Amino acid sequence: MSLTLKYFFRQKATINYPYEKGPISPRFKGEHALRRYPNGEERCIACKLCEAVCPALAITIEAEPRDDGSRRTTRYDIDMTKCIYCGLCEESCPVDAIVEGPNFEFAVETREELLYNKERLLSNGDRWESELSKRLELDAPYR
Amino acid sequence: MAKLTVDGTEVEVPNGASVLQACEAAGVEIPRFCYHERLSVAGNCRMCLVEVEKAPKPVASCAYPVADGMVVKTDTAVVRQARRGVMEFLLINHPLDCPICDQGGECDLQDQAYSYGMDHSRFAENKRAVKDKYLGPLVKTFMTRCIHCTRCIRFSSEVAGVAEMGATSRGENMEVGTYIEKALTTELSGNLIDICPVGALLNKPYSFTARPWELRKTDSVDVHDALGSNIRVDARGSEVLRILPRTNEDVNEEWLGDKSRFSHDGLKRRRLDKPWVRQDGKLRPASWPEAFGAIAAKLKDLPGERIGAVAGDLCDAESMVALKDLMASLGSQDLDCRQDGAALDGGRRDFYTFNTTVAGIEDADAILLVGSNPRREAPVLNARIRKRLNHGGYPVAYVGQPADLTYAARHLGDGVAAIEDAAEMLRGAKRPMVIVGQGALRRPDGAAILAAAWALAASVGALTPEWHGFNVLHTAAARVGALDLGFLPGLGGKALPAMLGGGVDLLWLLGADEFDIAAIGANTFVVYQGHHGDRGAARADVILPGAAYTEKGGTYVNTEGRVQRGYVAVQPPGEAREDWAILRAFSAVLGKPLPYDSIQEVRDRLAAVNPVFKTLQELPHRGCTDQAGPSGDPAGVDREPLLPAVVNYYQTNAINRASATMAECTRTYVTPMLQAAE
Repeated sequence: MSLTLKYFFRQKATINYPYEKGPISPRFKGEHALRRYPNGEERCIACKLCEAVCPALAITIEAEPRDDGSRRTTRYDIDMTKCIYCGLCEESCPVDAIVEGPNFEFAVETREELLYNKERLLSNGDRWESELSKRLELDAPYR
Repeated sequence: MAKLTVDGTEVEVPNGASVLQACEAAGVEIPRFCYHERLSVAGNCRMCLVEVEKAPKPVASCAYPVADGMVVKTDTAVVRQARRGVMEFLLINHPLDCPICDQGGECDLQDQAYSYGMDHSRFAENKRAVKDKYLGPLVKTFMTRCIHCTRCIRFSSEVAGVAEMGATSRGENMEVGTYIEKALTTELSGNLIDICPVGALLNKPYSFTARPWELRKTDSVDVHDALGSNIRVDARGSEVLRILPRTNEDVNEEWLGDKSRFSHDGLKRRRLDKPWVRQDGKLRPASWPEAFGAIAAKLKDLPGERIGAVAGDLCDAESMVALKDLMASLGSQDLDCRQDGAALDGGRRDFYTFNTTVAGIEDADAILLVGSNPRREAPVLNARIRKRLNHGGYPVAYVGQPADLTYAARHLGDGVAAIEDAAEMLRGAKRPMVIVGQGALRRPDGAAILAAAWALAASVGALTPEWHGFNVLHTAAARVGALDLGFLPGLGGKALPAMLGGGVDLLWLLGADEFDIAAIGANTFVVYQGHHGDRGAARADVILPGAAYTEKGGTYVNTEGRVQRGYVAVQPPGEAREDWAILRAFSAVLGKPLPYDSIQEVRDRLAAVNPVFKTLQELPHRGCTDQAGPSGDPAGVDREPLLPAVVNYYQTNAINRASATMAECTRTYVTPMLQAAE
């Protein structure tokens, strides 16, 4: 009976998802995003380290010189159905361009919608930028 | 010979070798940037420091000659510390932008920084920045990354023979460049990219497209000139992304001409990827059975002497033997491989090969070029002549249009008659060489010139059982293979000029684009089998899409007569197939199937036709045992000046005519040259 009462007065573990959500670590590995610099320039420089390190071979990159001569991707695809959310792409990125964000609610109805292209990833980055930079800042001391 | 000890191992090396070479002989790898085994020693990067007993300080092993009894230590605390110091200095001004550098993954500096670099920099000041230089349409520069090893400067002045690169200022202000901004005027500029140990000189067309670890590497043989340089084809998916030389001391050492290296983008353009059949004067796409049916219908009741076949410049030996066998089964003797009309004598092998061998150039001591400009016909071979010239005592003379061969050569005259002036020079030499180019042989009096050159070689003692100084330098990769297979008019057969103008009713062009297509008779039914929609395909009545050299395992015979084989790097596009397989399939449609079903069986057939195809890479001992010359009357030489065989080095076949990079090179190098000549 004492056990029952103890649990009765304890705060409930159940939360009212989706109106309430549990806490998320700054290192949480959710949906991918490609970030930009504050001046709007995309960060990704097509070094292809994420493509090389990806254990699931989910990333496909193609690159060529942009009109101004800088090295940029013409294609940056992530097959989210292949991705195992290991976060190695984020770790390998020398410019913090590809990150795994806090978003885990990106379930969709068709398979095709999970084949992300560069446009989709950049728009993710734009949408989540404030969260993403905060997370990176919080995690920085441990890197 | 000097005996010395390297890390406890005793090695013996020739006197005059460097400590670095002795270390290599002992199997110890010494890090280096400026040292390159085919260039002079500069000794300015200091990365190769080793400790030598009794020497007060670590010594630069690349520039330190060996001595008997020397004791070398390469892995001591002093050496490691010294190399770390050197690496730190090198990295002070290196931008560390490996993620955006194309050299990343295959960079000497990156690799060695893993062994000798520090994990952080102690240099807090501003790094220097250098403006990028323009070196032409092939080489991209990023001069901030330069570590001043001067390999490129030494390469361009020693190997390429154009003293256009150099360094200005000294110390931190040193800059490598071309003094005045201009494109490097050499056909070997691509090698600067390989030779640069960092990412300062890069492949311009390949910029940012791929990383070395993504590429599938396949060994192959180059077909853009007759030298048969050994290459490595780097591909990703179905696309060839770059071509690099493969070391073969006997052929190309480690160099490659620009045409061979950069024209692969032509493999993506103007490709024939499905069969076409001409209907009511217009070509329309068709299926394989339709295309075969159209040819078979035409062949019906056609006598053998009304059927002809021409082999092009890029063909592999397999497809040529298949076509030859097909023509034999049709009763035709009208075969030809000499699109340019060169008066080559297939009678004996040494009448049409480069008998001295490319490596043999280094043993020669005088050379006469007749109607040949090796700089444009085979730039890597030209580099070999230059290398021999650098050792001294090697007079070079040439007959033909005045040309800049990148080395000092005596111009004897425009006409062939001038070769007599060279007799004295050649007679004074122990191992003289005569090189006859296609510019001399493609004239009406070509046979006479061939005979005259042979007679000259015989009279100056170039033809002895030990030394064979008579050479023919070809311009087409397929030519020697075709001659070895006897792809020439048989008894009573017609040569190419006789096939044109209605000489035959059906003409089978195996990748043949280099003759005057307009001269084909209006009623001749033309079958074009090849990989590019070039001149031949435009005239064709049926087009059979074949495979380019990167897409088939082909056997090629280079100008020396060396048999070499390439492997399949990528698959042919669309419905295109390997050429021998197309011919085999067509023979089945005719009901006279060729007796082979696999590439191995075709190769067995090759060896049966000519035993030289049995062994790869091997050349028989070259000496001349039979002084009898080719069938031609040396007296028939006329006075007309010799014209060069290759005017535009960058566009000589269907692949590089389709290449945007080669078109750019033509605009940069050839158009101004032609304009200046006018």
